[in-house]
Amino acid sequence: MRAIWTAILATAITGCASTATDEQKPAGVEDRAPVVGAGAPGAGAKPIAQTPIAGVDLTAAKPGAMSPLKDPANVLSKRSVYFDFDKSDIKDEFKPIIEAHARYLRDNGDAKMLIQGNTDERGSREYNVALGQRRADAVRRVLMLLGARDGQIEAVSLGEEKPRAQGSTEEAYAENRRGDMLYRGEY
Amino acid sequence: MHRSIVRWTLALMASCLASTAHAQLSIEITGAGGTRVPVAIVPFAGEAALPPGLSTIVRADLERSGLFRGLEVPPLIPHPTESSNIDYAEWRSRLADALVLGSVLARTDGRFEARFRLFDVVKQNAVGGVAYIMNREQVRATAHRIADYVYEKLTGERGVFSTRIAYVVKRGERYELQIADADGAGEETALASFEPIISPTWSPDGRRLAYVSFENKKPVVYVHSLLDGKRHVLANFKGSNSAPAWAPDSSRLAVSLSREGGSQLYLIAPDGSGVRRLTTSAAIDTEPVFSPDGETIYFTSDRGGSPQIYRMPANGGEAQRITFEGSYNVSPRISPDGTRLAYISRQGGRFQVALIDLTTRQVQILTDSDRDESPSFSPNGRMILLATVIGGRGVLSAVSADGRVKQRLTLSAGDVREPAWGPFIQ
Repeated sequence: MRAIWTAILATAITGCASTATDEQKPAGVEDRAPVVGAGAPGAGAKPIAQTPIAGVDLTAAKPGAMSPLKDPANVLSKRSVYFDFDKSDIKDEFKPIIEAHARYLRDNGDAKMLIQGNTDERGSREYNVALGQRRADAVRRVLMLLGARDGQIEAVSLGEEKPRAQGSTEEAYAENRRGDMLYRGEY
Repeated sequence: MHRSIVRWTLALMASCLASTAHAQLSIEITGAGGTRVPVAIVPFAGEAALPPGLSTIVRADLERSGLFRGLEVPPLIPHPTESSNIDYAEWRSRLADALVLGSVLARTDGRFEARFRLFDVVKQNAVGGVAYIMNREQVRATAHRIADYVYEKLTGERGVFSTRIAYVVKRGERYELQIADADGAGEETALASFEPIISPTWSPDGRRLAYVSFENKKPVVYVHSLLDGKRHVLANFKGSNSAPAWAPDSSRLAVSLSREGGSQLYLIAPDGSGVRRLTTSAAIDTEPVFSPDGETIYFTSDRGGSPQIYRMPANGGEAQRITFEGSYNVSPRISPDGTRLAYISRQGGRFQVALIDLTTRQVQILTDSDRDESPSFSPNGRMILLATVIGGRGVLSAVSADGRVKQRLTLSAGDVREPAWGPFIQ
């Protein structure tokens, strides 16, 4: 595992200045919802008439069973990564959490994650949006190097706008310099 | 009619949410220029029919600029009007340098005609005057026009009393993007949301605002038409979409997008089409702003290791660093004449408004507060509006570009932030 982290660190340092292809988009909105029927066969084709079977699975909702994402005993219930002032590098103590989520995303191809980067309240709101984005991108980069796919993750920033801790103390600032990993349905 | 319904709805909404009586911004002058020109603004004959009276608003406007001092005028018999003969010696003895006389007449169509004339008491001549036709709802707007006229004749630069400001108010869980007159009166809510709103930016014609809203749990840039309340998404790409800035000809906006990883500058048409990447760095590039001639973009970048202000050609090219003093210089705003740049500078843990002369590169710190954000030039370049924090609450304040005049704009309830001074009214 150590070797992987060394590789990640190297990638993080060299950065990820993507060579941009300046493709034009007709509209300003990217439709991120799956397109229903995309790639379907010709419109004239008739579907085979077959009554769908409505299966009932009693094992899935076993009483007392808990999603590993919610189980307090499972590392996957931990969602927050904390950062130092003006920093976006991932500290050792949060690496096991990110590794666990990377495994979960790799093993659950349908799972979708939103990473929200946050900052403390000091400084420019817009610069803090960019700083929060850098933190979210740092978490995303590691998840992808450990096996998550690009389409599973969106990294965004809330800047200083949604502080979890109120107040202008060092404790509040530390709590708010944070990236949160949220699965679909949680945001 | 329609307008009054809108006002009613807003008033109703406001009264439901805020138990406090009135949410209007009030302005307090906390520092004034050295010498203020004494002006006598005599109550206009007949203005009592339209409270609070044109002369009261004109005087408040001129005094707020920090350049004028309104003189107390005792009741005069007969009441002078714009067509009275002027006894200059008498006004000189009252220590007036300038004199404004006027009258308000009710017209047969239910509207009113306001006339006024400005006199130079020192030179003993009439400078000029104007007549306006107004209805009852236009008293404040008319007074601001009169103040603009007087200001321009006496200072040689355009007045900004008729302009408007945009800002965001946070009350509890609620965020409101509001528009008010430059004196804080007549506020209206353009957008109310339970999620944050930041970075409102006026289109050059003052009819639209671009801003960033978090209503979709991420920053998305919208363009909002103030006349009909219609809004559309300008940029909602994967990642964060932020920091809109209009080109002076309104043909495009600069924004900061993270859709290709990292926050980078892009150009985009006002309808959201034609996205073109402008910067290619491994650093943060954000807070773009166009120079008045549209040729240059100033922006914040940490490509040199700490956030500093840079400039680059508006169509792309080499960036040049502008700020060097200190380790945190952000939020550039160019003066309307393009010669100076206001920005936020961190000095020993304090965030203050700084002004750099782009020719001499001399830097001046303009404020003595310590949590300043989001500076915004008045369209005549004389004042800089900003957000700061006083007693744990967000307030707006304004400082003249020479640092001498200071004002504080306070709201009775809630946090005020993200001010943007609108353009001249055309």
